[in-house]
Amino acid sequence: MQHYLEYLQIYGDRFAAGILVTLQQSFLACLLAIFIALIFGFMKISRNKFYRFCAISYIEFFRGTSLLVQLYWIFYVLPLFGVTLEKFTAGYLAVGLNLGAYGAELVRGSIQAVSKGQYEAAVALNMPKITSMRRIIFPQALLIMLPSWGNLLIELLKGTALVSLISVTDLMFEAKQINGSTFLSAESFGTALIIYYMMARLFIAPSMRWFEKYWTKKMGRF
Amino acid sequence: MFEMFDWKWSFAFEVLPRMLWATLNTLMAAGIGYAIALFIGLFFALGQRTGFKPITFIIREVVEFIRSTPLVVQIFFIFYVGPQVGIRLSPWTSGMAAIGLHYASYLSEVYRSGLDSVPRGQWEACRALNLSKARTYFRIIIPQALPASLPGMGNYLVGIFKDTPMLMVIGVAELMHTANALGSTYYRYLEPYTIVGVIFLLISIPTAFGLRRFEGYIARIYGMKK
Repeated sequence: MQHYLEYLQIYGDRFAAGILVTLQQSFLACLLAIFIALIFGFMKISRNKFYRFCAISYIEFFRGTSLLVQLYWIFYVLPLFGVTLEKFTAGYLAVGLNLGAYGAELVRGSIQAVSKGQYEAAVALNMPKITSMRRIIFPQALLIMLPSWGNLLIELLKGTALVSLISVTDLMFEAKQINGSTFLSAESFGTALIIYYMMARLFIAPSMRWFEKYWTKKMGRF
Repeated sequence: MFEMFDWKWSFAFEVLPRMLWATLNTLMAAGIGYAIALFIGLFFALGQRTGFKPITFIIREVVEFIRSTPLVVQIFFIFYVGPQVGIRLSPWTSGMAAIGLHYASYLSEVYRSGLDSVPRGQWEACRALNLSKARTYFRIIIPQALPASLPGMGNYLVGIFKDTPMLMVIGVAELMHTANALGSTYYRYLEPYTIVGVIFLLISIPTAFGLRRFEGYIARIYGMKK
């Protein structure tokens, strides 16, 4: 125990720096994933065949290959096409694009899960389509999809650990570096595991639960 | 722009045989990992149903911990911490252990919700008929829990397949590792990485489709769907 406290004293700063990068990566990837999920989720339920085709291709492509492959492709192959990305950018881009595809399915599923009567009521009230989506359908769909988004965001956080493989200096990367110089593997990777766990369990899960509660109240359903 | 896009078919065909061999390794890793996960997952799920609170609590926490931490860190952990406590594990063994445990925790949730979906009356009927515990599970409960669990089980089969590239970090010679090695030997990354992506698509999309058909088939057998 004494030994571990000393270890933390020496390497705590580096873990903290890693946590910061992991949080940045997660935050940016999260924004991108939400954006992608909304766009492709709506495109997939569109009446327009072309939009639907685009959404299906995007979703199947990103869900059919693995995140690591996409990350490597974006980082190592895109430069050959003249698009050179900073490793930091490539990292959150890959994670966001990948998890966005999963999110799109959540958006589609939850919108389709809103009961038919709600659509009919909106039509009966002569609401324009966009208004009915914005005011009636989507708020209810959000309530349906929120629990799954909680899980997805934890997946996203876990996904950001992969960016260490293109040497973005995130938590995982720091743990690997510290392990390399100290050979204290249990301490290095164990600490990283515990930090990831705390971020998921003490930060993401409670804030999603809070948001769910808030939204339930806002919708007038107790 | 077009000069930069220098896809070389000759190179692609040159590396293809090696990559197809590596695909076998990937499939093997996914298969073994899945078998381990199916088995350990069952322990996780049934362990939570013993009725003894502390055990339920501990298993729950373990499952939550494994589920909410990154697989790649777990792979490193098992691979590097083993020798520290005197167990030397080969990359394959530690990789399979990590992936198996990770997915066992996911699958235990699938089993759990499947078991929960069996109506209470079924348990009571077994009780009334004085069936043994084993018979209750194997003849009555599990067959009914299966159709509800299958979609989740199928998703994680594809999931485990897509997570095998992470094994490259400890040097398991699967597809991504091979692509990396080929890339750094010939200084060409375009073809190997693109082939990896194509192979993944060609395997995972038909598998997902086949699994959906299979679910429908099972559901029909059990008379849960027309």
